[in-house]
Amino acid sequence: MSYETVSRLAQQGGTVYFVILFLGGLAYAFWPKKKDEFQRAARLPLDEEEG
Amino acid sequence: MASPASQPQRLVGLNLMVTIESKPPTARSGEAVYFLIATVALALVAAAATAASKDPLFQFQGWIFTIAFTLGSFALAAGISSGSFNSPQDRYSDGVIKAGVIATMFWGAAGMLVGCIIAAQLSWPRIFYFPDFGFLNFGRLRPLHTSAVIFAFGGNALIATSFWVVQRTCRARLFGGIAPWFVFWGYQLFIVLAGLGYLVGITQGQEYAEPEWATDLWLAIVWVAYLLVFLGTIWKRKEPHIYVANWFYLAFIVTIAILHIVNNLALPVSFLNHRSYEVWAGVQSALVQWWYGHNAVGFFLTAGFLGMMYYFIPKRAERPIYSYRLSIVHFWALIFIYIWAGPHHLHYTALPQWAQTLGMTFSIMLWMPSWGGMINGLMTLSGAWDKLRTDPVIRMLVVSLAFYGMSTFEGPVMSIRAVNALSHYTDWTIGHVHSGALGWVGFVTFGSVYCMVPWLWKKDRLYSNTLVEWHFWIATTGILLYISAMWVSGIMEGLMWREYTPQGFLAYSFVEVVAARHVEFVIRLGGGLMYLAGALIMIYNLWRTVQLPSSESAAHPANATPAPLALAAE
Amino acid sequence: MATSSPLFSKHATLERHSLLLLIGIIIVVSIGGIIEIAPLFYLESTIEKVGGMRPYTPLELEGRDIYIREGCYLCHSQMIRPLKDEVERYGHYSLAAESMYDHPFQWGSERQGPDLARVGGKYSDAWHRDHLINPRSVVPESIMPPYAFLAKKDLDYRDIAEKLKTQKAVGVPYTDAEIASAADDLKAQADPSASDATLKAHYGAKANARDYDGDPDRITEMDALIAYLQMLGTLVDFSTYHADAPANQR
Repeated sequence: MSYETVSRLAQQGGTVYFVILFLGGLAYAFWPKKKDEFQRAARLPLDEEEG
Repeated sequence: MASPASQPQRLVGLNLMVTIESKPPTARSGEAVYFLIATVALALVAAAATAASKDPLFQFQGWIFTIAFTLGSFALAAGISSGSFNSPQDRYSDGVIKAGVIATMFWGAAGMLVGCIIAAQLSWPRIFYFPDFGFLNFGRLRPLHTSAVIFAFGGNALIATSFWVVQRTCRARLFGGIAPWFVFWGYQLFIVLAGLGYLVGITQGQEYAEPEWATDLWLAIVWVAYLLVFLGTIWKRKEPHIYVANWFYLAFIVTIAILHIVNNLALPVSFLNHRSYEVWAGVQSALVQWWYGHNAVGFFLTAGFLGMMYYFIPKRAERPIYSYRLSIVHFWALIFIYIWAGPHHLHYTALPQWAQTLGMTFSIMLWMPSWGGMINGLMTLSGAWDKLRTDPVIRMLVVSLAFYGMSTFEGPVMSIRAVNALSHYTDWTIGHVHSGALGWVGFVTFGSVYCMVPWLWKKDRLYSNTLVEWHFWIATTGILLYISAMWVSGIMEGLMWREYTPQGFLAYSFVEVVAARHVEFVIRLGGGLMYLAGALIMIYNLWRTVQLPSSESAAHPANATPAPLALAAE
Repeated sequence: MATSSPLFSKHATLERHSLLLLIGIIIVVSIGGIIEIAPLFYLESTIEKVGGMRPYTPLELEGRDIYIREGCYLCHSQMIRPLKDEVERYGHYSLAAESMYDHPFQWGSERQGPDLARVGGKYSDAWHRDHLINPRSVVPESIMPPYAFLAKKDLDYRDIAEKLKTQKAVGVPYTDAEIASAADDLKAQADPSASDATLKAHYGAKANARDYDGDPDRITEMDALIAYLQMLGTLVDFSTYHADAPANQR
């Protein structure tokens, strides 16, 4: 691998990698079936007891 | 730390009742014995290495190690023989959190004081430098200041709050018996080694990664123990979902471990010599260092404290986070983008330009998740904005988010090459760092500690809300003085450096620019002293809070949230 | 929890099982770092080919260690940017090659004091000595700390050969002969009466050998620090640097 190859990989690959990851994160966060679980999770700090 | 086990479990929210397993207490003592053996062995190794070395600075470090391990051995032996490690396993371990809160405030005040001293040195060099005490020169005190406020104040705050949050949101006692105490004391030893080391001249010359190899090695051990305690507690959890605050804490712990190891890869001159040389050189060394340096900001000072924000703001506001989904997107986008942004510290340097451009691009993108997180925190208060007026603690937490928003907007602007050409090397950078450090990191920590102290020491309330008001206003004014002085100083400096006379000569010599900044230096010192004064007021307030009579009702931390409400939301 | 679609169950696992969360974090964080940093290790093309670069002499290396010990890098940069005013104020912009033997780099991040990348040869040894002892005696408005103790303290160079050996292990091309004569080379560079023939044979004819601190009887920390300052930025032969060459256009 030449320097040109790796530096191009860093620039183009990095951007593509980011877009994929970002879409994955969005899909996960907005997956319809997760809605209830997330709503419950959001209340975790509030619904706690002292042990 | 031990509290009587006889007290019956409080059963408030029935279906969320805490059911923490009870293990035979003897198992804990057994573990402590292993710790004792290791500590005694380490004390002997440290003493032998100190005796064998001919390097005075290595010996200095060796003495600290020897004394610390000896004290640790005595404490462990005393604890084992008195049986005080056999604490009840059915309660959260809060003793180590109390210690963490005390350490946070102590190191915070110490680090801010050193900051004021070095600000005074730059303002009045003829008064505050001592030719006979070279160890008090700016170059030695500056790493002491940065390490004390970032790693000692910030680090203890992160350890203490992460231990609180992970137990409560996982409904599980801290994992590892006395290992959390090892993490706490091991971390304090790291702080003492690093701090005293700078004073006597032990440094490897990398900003924010100054400690030499022996101290680095010790921190690596402590950090792995911290990771195991945190992960182990998550493994024990009773709650299927891992609350998002713990994601941020985990990313902080894991990434700091990676950064610490990669940036500190160095070869000791010998195993009995304090000095080492980094394996990277020149341009690689620079990129690795600022990859580390920027992500120390991103993961230590941002991700970790966002974990704090995602727990304490909802908790104090008594409302769930505005959007849990947004917090997930915030998390992944933030940790991804941050890791790329480091090269913006190296604009116009000998670093290849494509790397600078890549760093700049991701730095500008970073603005989006940062503001997403800020909005998420702020909107948590929607419908309860009156709390800003009535509760100075929540105001402190919210203002911390405002400063977070401000510095995460300023940061991307400064990462643009054209802006950076002016701002780099100037006081603007120092002002930017402090709007983040004093405004965001400091205030979110103060707010969280104000929340935790009454909960930890089982008090109904803080000693005085009026003193919190005083703290808030003095510190806020101090921050504003500090950062506006540095804006003026930094921009003036950048403009004066590039100012030409009509004849085409540089208009100012370097030292004329230094002299021109004197007034700003003095204002900066004033702002710093106000911030320190606020912290001292806080320490007094907390001290008086701890002395208040304990209240039974306060044993339940969410004292204003009746359990039926929580159940109704199911 | 539903497990209807494989993608969904994967996500659910990620979130519920902390190990997967941990691995997810490690992947996100380390791949980004590797992709960005790795290309720089294709050294040949990142660092310009220029003549004149050599490793530090033993005395300069000790001086550099003192520079690091005193935290000079916290106020002085060693990186001149290719901006008009900087080049006019400090000299030719810094090349990557000029810090190729710096473990670690000392580019710095702020300028409470001026850039030092090319300070070598700009002032006399006597000026440096006076300035380090009391900066305000030569620059009244200076905010720099005093370093009088450097002139009083004998340089401890018992471990200089070990230091060179360590530098060699991390990639600085010291020869075995240079390591063997490290202490002698150090003495020869600071002592005006000693022969500097071996020193120059090892580090080139341009290596300065003289008494730096005005006290010819002793080798002090001041000697080492001034020797280091006086060589900063003087090595590269700019007649061998071609800014327009494609390899230097990155």
